Amino acid sequence: MGLMQLDVPEASGGYRHYGVLARFRTAKELYRACEAVRDAGYSKWDALTPFPVHGLEKAMGLKPSKLPFVVLATGLGGAGLGFGLQSWVHIMAYPLVISGKPLFTWPAFVPVTFELGVLGAALGAVLGMFAFNKLPTYHHPLFRSPNFARVTDDGLFIAIEAWDPKYDDEDTAEFLSGLGAAEVEHVPIEDPADDGDGGGGA
Amino acid sequence: MAHGPRIVDLDRLVIRPGSGWARLPLVAGGVGALFTVVSIVLARSSPEDAKQFFHSWLVAVVFFLCIGLGSLFFVLIHHATKAGWGVVVRRLAENLACAVPLMAVLFVPVVALGMYDLFHWTHADAVADDRLLQVKEPWLNETGFWLRTAIYFAVWSGLALYYRSASRRQDESGDEALSRRMARFSPVGVFLFAVTLSFAGFDWLMSLEPHWYSTMFGVYFFAGTVISAFAALTVLTLSLDFTGHFRGVITGEHLHDLGKLLFAFTVFWAYIAFSQFFLIWYANIPEETNWFLSRLHGTDLNPADWRPATMLLAIGHFAVPFFFLMPRTIKRNRVLLLIGALWMLAMHLWDVFWLVMPNLHREMTFSLLDLTSLLGVGGLFIAMVSWLMGRGALLPTRDPRLVESLAFENI
Repeated sequence: MGLMQLDVPEASGGYRHYGVLARFRTAKELYRACEAVRDAGYSKWDALTPFPVHGLEKAMGLKPSKLPFVVLATGLGGAGLGFGLQSWVHIMAYPLVISGKPLFTWPAFVPVTFELGVLGAALGAVLGMFAFNKLPTYHHPLFRSPNFARVTDDGLFIAIEAWDPKYDDEDTAEFLSGLGAAEVEHVPIEDPADDGDGGGGA
Repeated sequence: MAHGPRIVDLDRLVIRPGSGWARLPLVAGGVGALFTVVSIVLARSSPEDAKQFFHSWLVAVVFFLCIGLGSLFFVLIHHATKAGWGVVVRRLAENLACAVPLMAVLFVPVVALGMYDLFHWTHADAVADDRLLQVKEPWLNETGFWLRTAIYFAVWSGLALYYRSASRRQDESGDEALSRRMARFSPVGVFLFAVTLSFAGFDWLMSLEPHWYSTMFGVYFFAGTVISAFAALTVLTLSLDFTGHFRGVITGEHLHDLGKLLFAFTVFWAYIAFSQFFLIWYANIPEETNWFLSRLHGTDLNPADWRPATMLLAIGHFAVPFFFLMPRTIKRNRVLLLIGALWMLAMHLWDVFWLVMPNLHREMTFSLLDLTSLLGVGGLFIAMVSWLMGRGALLPTRDPRLVESLAFENI
């Protein structure tokens, strides 16, 4: 659930941590915690769960996705392209009288127009989803936490990023503990093992 | 859990005596009876008016019958898929479907009297000169027509009454075996429904122009039927919400799903309608194109003027609702969704009018009898449905999936 945003600022050298990661035991606890984080005014944070938690987007205060507008635009674009291409071919590029019908026989163009509209909408949906989710992302600082592997099993997490204006190493960790987190940890921004490698999330 | 617990506030989910809903059967029934009498009186003034009356009455009965049949389909498919989300609106669909027997009563006598005026293939002299009608006689004859009509109404009424009564018995006993039995029988019901609905479309609407045929017509009739049912179900659900009966029961999630189905079948209808037109237009075979020509401009020898009606259908039944019902916010907004559903009901009425009336008039013509027939049949339909709604709860109170339905969330 949620977006794996990797908005590490350019000057990430100033940050020791990627942020604070807190694990919650149940979806209910996570839901309440998300409401509290939202109400506390944090903006650079995410909830990460192994399964969809209904209504979590409301608890997190997420705005509706802009993806539908992309799908509408690419769908209409595909349909327009299909119709335009056929009109151009039949009227200008290769005019040919077929079964005594006029050159511009729009009903004959509808099937291809429809199919290209569907194709455009489908491509817009898939590629738009990838773009908005910043996929593919091959690595993420959260992967440095051994604890975080549980996100694909039974772990429900909240991660607050260090460059959130309200973030403070100590206060934010305490705030999440106070919300009933089972574990709270600071996730390092660079892998201690391959220091200076330049790889990873930065 | 062994038995579905009573988890909803039953006091609110029934129609209380003395409320507007409780008076509706009497009021609507009165209006319906009055306008039925008015229609009959008007029809008796001249043979032309009688002919108009038979056509207008056919439009009105088919329109309201479609609402009942589409609701029956919703109930069947709901059980076949063991759906959870729609349990809260299923009783309303069951009630709408049980208006089908009433439609049989309104259909049979009028069509029996109007056979000669409605169906060209009943004219013995015309058949004698017409090779095509002679070939079609094994199907298009009055005995067969009435035999099949009896089977259609028997199948539909049987299914509608069974599913409503089984569901109401579950309200009493909470017996989950009833749900399993309804689900197990539903695929058979869907099959019977598909066959009877297609052939009813052929017999009652397609055979108005007996030279014409379209193998797709059954699907076209089905598409309109399902749209009108989802639209009526949405209107009924929202009306009960506005009067407070469904407050806290029907959420934006349920409305969103009803809106999605309405939107989806608007597209389905357009797909089928265009495919039917497209194949006939492209092949350009005279006995097929004739039907569409009489709904457009006619031929040089035989001009017609139904072009605006056809354009209205293409724009109003597809283009406008396609974009109107597309955004999520509209499907979740009670007032806007109500407007969309009412619009689709009106467009379905226009669709049935467009299917029937070119059989009678070369030019697009409206008659007072169109209105009085609609008010007559509609009043009786509303009276029947609201009377059924007053008997028992407004949703299946002890359905095992009611909890799931009440807590339903999209995504």
